[in-house]
Amino acid sequence: MSAIRLHKALGRVWASEPGWRGWLTTVNHTDLGRMFLFVAALYFVIGGILAMLIRAQLASPRSAFMGPEVYAQVFTMHGTIMMFLFAIPLFEGVAVYLLPKLLGSRDLAFPRLTAYGFWCYAFGGAMLIFALLAGIAPDGGWFMYPPLTGPIYAPGINTDFWLIGITFVEISAICAAVEITVTVLRCRAPGMSLDRMPIFGWYALVTAVMILTGFPPLILGSILLELERAFGMPFFQVAEGGDSLLWQHLFWLFGHPEVYIIFLPAAGIVSTVLPVLARTTLLGYGWIVAAAVSLGVLSFGLWVHHMFTTGIPHMGLAFFSAASTLVAVPTAVQIFAWIGTLWKGRPALRLPMLWLLSFFATFVIGGLTGVMVAVVPFDWQVHDTHFIVAHLHYVLVGGFVFPMLAGLYYWLPHLTGRRRFFRIGEIAFWLVAVSFHVTFLAVHWAGLLGQRRRTFTFGPDDAWSLLNLVASIGSFVLAIGFALVILDVLVNALIAARGTRNPWGAGTLEWAMPTPPAAYNFASLPEVADRDPLWADPDLPVRIARGEGYLAGAERGRREILAVDVASGRPVQVVVLPGNTALPIAMSAATGGIFLGLLLKTYWLVPLAALVVAAMAIRWVWCLGTDADAGPQAVGHGLRLPLASDSADPPGWWGSLFLIGTSLTLFGSLLFGYAFLWTVAPNWPPPSYLHSGWASPALAGIGSLLACLGIRLAQRRLRRGRLPLVPLGAVTAGCGALVAAAVTVMAGTSHDAHAYDAVAWVLAGHAILHAGVPGLMSLVVLAAALRARLSAARSGPVHVLRLWTDHAAAVTVIGLVAIWLPGWLT
Amino acid sequence: MLDPAGPAAETIARLWWIMLAGGGAIFVLVMALLLLAFRESGAEAGAGARRERVWILGLGLGFPLTVLAALLASALWVGERLLPRPAPEVVGVGAVARQWDWRFTYDDAPGRVTRGVLHIPAGRPVDVRITTEDVIHSFWAPRLAGKIDAIPGHVNVLRLEAWAPGDYAGASSEYNGPGYLGHGFIVRAHDPEAWRAFLADAPT
Ligand code: HEM
Ligand SMILES: [Cu+2]
Repeated sequence: MSAIRLHKALGRVWASEPGWRGWLTTVNHTDLGRMFLFVAALYFVIGGILAMLIRAQLASPRSAFMGPEVYAQVFTMHGTIMMFLFAIPLFEGVAVYLLPKLLGSRDLAFPRLTAYGFWCYAFGGAMLIFALLAGIAPDGGWFMYPPLTGPIYAPGINTDFWLIGITFVEISAICAAVEITVTVLRCRAPGMSLDRMPIFGWYALVTAVMILTGFPPLILGSILLELERAFGMPFFQVAEGGDSLLWQHLFWLFGHPEVYIIFLPAAGIVSTVLPVLARTTLLGYGWIVAAAVSLGVLSFGLWVHHMFTTGIPHMGLAFFSAASTLVAVPTAVQIFAWIGTLWKGRPALRLPMLWLLSFFATFVIGGLTGVMVAVVPFDWQVHDTHFIVAHLHYVLVGGFVFPMLAGLYYWLPHLTGRRRFFRIGEIAFWLVAVSFHVTFLAVHWAGLLGQRRRTFTFGPDDAWSLLNLVASIGSFVLAIGFALVILDVLVNALIAARGTRNPWGAGTLEWAMPTPPAAYNFASLPEVADRDPLWADPDLPVRIARGEGYLAGAERGRREILAVDVASGRPVQVVVLPGNTALPIAMSAATGGIFLGLLLKTYWLVPLAALVVAAMAIRWVWCLGTDADAGPQAVGHGLRLPLASDSADPPGWWGSLFLIGTSLTLFGSLLFGYAFLWTVAPNWPPPSYLHSGWASPALAGIGSLLACLGIRLAQRRLRRGRLPLVPLGAVTAGCGALVAAAVTVMAGTSHDAHAYDAVAWVLAGHAILHAGVPGLMSLVVLAAALRARLSAARSGPVHVLRLWTDHAAAVTVIGLVAIWLPGWLT
Repeated sequence: MLDPAGPAAETIARLWWIMLAGGGAIFVLVMALLLLAFRESGAEAGAGARRERVWILGLGLGFPLTVLAALLASALWVGERLLPRPAPEVVGVGAVARQWDWRFTYDDAPGRVTRGVLHIPAGRPVDVRITTEDVIHSFWAPRLAGKIDAIPGHVNVLRLEAWAPGDYAGASSEYNGPGYLGHGFIVRAHDPEAWRAFLADAPT
């Protein structure tokens, strides 16, 4: 078949709906990647405007521009927007847009999930922007320390906007992370073994796994603080057995990994762009992968360095100080590997390279000041001064914004299909690169002289008066520079001439397609035998377009991709992806209903919206099943593969696996919080413990046994070709018993009496939710069995259910025992 | 903090100058290596394995490990010296923060409470026991020592010392609401007579 005919056939199957409807119903990763990128850029502008307000206020002493209340909202929202609505979503956008193209796939593993995540981000962000415009924005600083943000000292709705809005946005990060993890592991080109994977794939994988393990502590903390604010459950109030330090631990357990979640994708871009512009390969690929992985692991052991001034025992300080300086090592490995790569090749001073150089100069300084503040005595002086403000901007702007700009200019021809013609970008670069240092070197110095962060003004005699004027002037030039970058991108995207394919001469697969890319990316999926397939075979793009790879065209009239074996990249399944649908946007709107109900304290809305979400979720998974075994499908080159829906481990199984991993870290954080309160909070033990009697523990024991045995029996029955109706019923009953056991805990305690009782309620609520979900799922699977949508081959739903059942049994039993144990022992 | 008036602050200020010099040197080194890559003379020759040894094992692993080990050792040593260890000369005082003032109590003058001004003897180590009645604050007198937080339900101890009599500015340095900017205090260091007079409740 000719390339044109293939293109037409694929276009019919993969295209989004025309017109504005297309934006609402698209599930295509190229569309959604662009939408993520655009909205994140919008938030950068908003956050940048807030930064300008801050610098305008600080330009002169005793400025009457803002009072302390408004200033508090402005710095809190600046930090919050930049971290949660700009940096993380920008990574998501880059990954969503690029990953399938780099990996040689047509889309991500869960297209509807991408869309759902995007809309949660859009709606959650809108909540925060509404608060900002209405003048009721959060004002406790971006790390929201209680008791200042607790019900007594912050009774207004401001803080609730933060806790609820950010948690809503967090859903999108979790969705994207599951998506990225499964895509990197399972949806690559045939033959792309892990060691042939483009380096960005590794960085994205590490980042995604870090999101899955790093965000749960924050989500948990937000839930606990909101429960304290809404229902008086005293997690952070010392008089009732809470402790405000618990928040700091939960927040920084998230907050530190967050910094690396922001830095690693940027490092991934450096590792991708720099070798191409140096016309060579990356030096030390294996070392860089090892460095990225060890950064990911190490960064979970450092959170206490944000709490050096809270009175941690000296031994603890020494340990965390050592660990904090140690992360400089994998960072140094990467830096020197990159510089070594430049030495190895013949680097060209194109615009992306300029941004990379600026990244080096800035990020190295940020890293060095980072090592300085990891030294405890020094931190005792500069903590909470503008020195820290300057340090964090060197890291975030130098280590994230600059590499992202390098990436922007590198992939701009890909996004637009045009070549850059107007040279505003060079001017913009020099403005930004120079004025950034003018601004933030001055801010460093102001901090050393004693200017505290978050103070809304200063006197004319304060030593840092002049430095602030310098910083403000620098920052206005900086803003002009960024505005010129935006202008440059706009004019070059809209009116520049068409460019050639692969303008940088890169070796990775995203350049093997016409640009701007078609919705399906590749007319056929290439077989990969090299880390840089385009260098190994310059004719590859033509052969892909002619349909010489796998799954050429769309013969079966549906969206198809390949799933591969995790390590070797051998193709193992054909995955049929869903087409355009409004389900994701509708479901995220319904999810928004839950959050809105919590925010406005209209609690009747919450169960109602939850019910709608559940109904939509059922519809969501129902669409994945089929009515009959499809048998092996021809994928080209004589190969025949089963459909994912005919397999025991469809992508949904892998997605569930990682989601359960996330859920377990949330549960772990909860147990950590319980143990922390028990050992550190002043007013423990509580006046009385819950005494369980024997009935509830028996119920929990029987329930977990029933559920776990039931699901195993169901698997066996199905394997032998029989419908497992009774075993599935046992799973439902078992989950019901677990829920009932958890309810007795709530009945036996009073949620606001003491932190112990409050924790008991949360553990019980957690158990109800986690046992309730597989209970509901078992009913859906039962319905599927009755409708003949299960068979020995189409057993995926049962395997997925087993994951959730085992998880439910484990967390319910462990959680309830943790509450009952003190009662048993006394 | 760059103008220390006591041993703790002085130690930390010295640490800063040393780190600044070391950091500056490392920065210059890295930038030099970076810019040298753009020499006209073209690609540097050398086998892949050797290159990895030099860049990754040598510069990437060996170099930072050496520097950091030295830094950590000195930091621990410095930190150890700043700790509030028991000593005969030590004076004990209490500091209680709230939105937005500070109240101070004195072990040597029970019942004595001052607001906004902490009196200490010059030339003697002072342990300040710090806590709060409401939200989190932080006790910071930059010319004398580093800071430590005032956390509900917990008491943190900070060791400070002023070499000479005089007034030293102090401030809360953990954001604590709209009154944060003005939430300061003064540390007033006395010579021995004035300190005795203060303890005897003479007007100061
Ligand atoms: C574009 C130029 C930027 C300027 C001029 C700027 C300026 C500032 C200033 C002056 C503060 C301190 C406010 C205070 O403590 O009184 C601040 C805080 C902060 N900035 Fe930026 N910023 C910029 C970009 C960014 C970016 C790109 C990020 C993150 C990716 C970021 C993240 C933060 C955070 C997290 C805080 C702390 C907020 C808090 O204290 O709660 N900023 N910024
Ligand atoms: Cu950190």
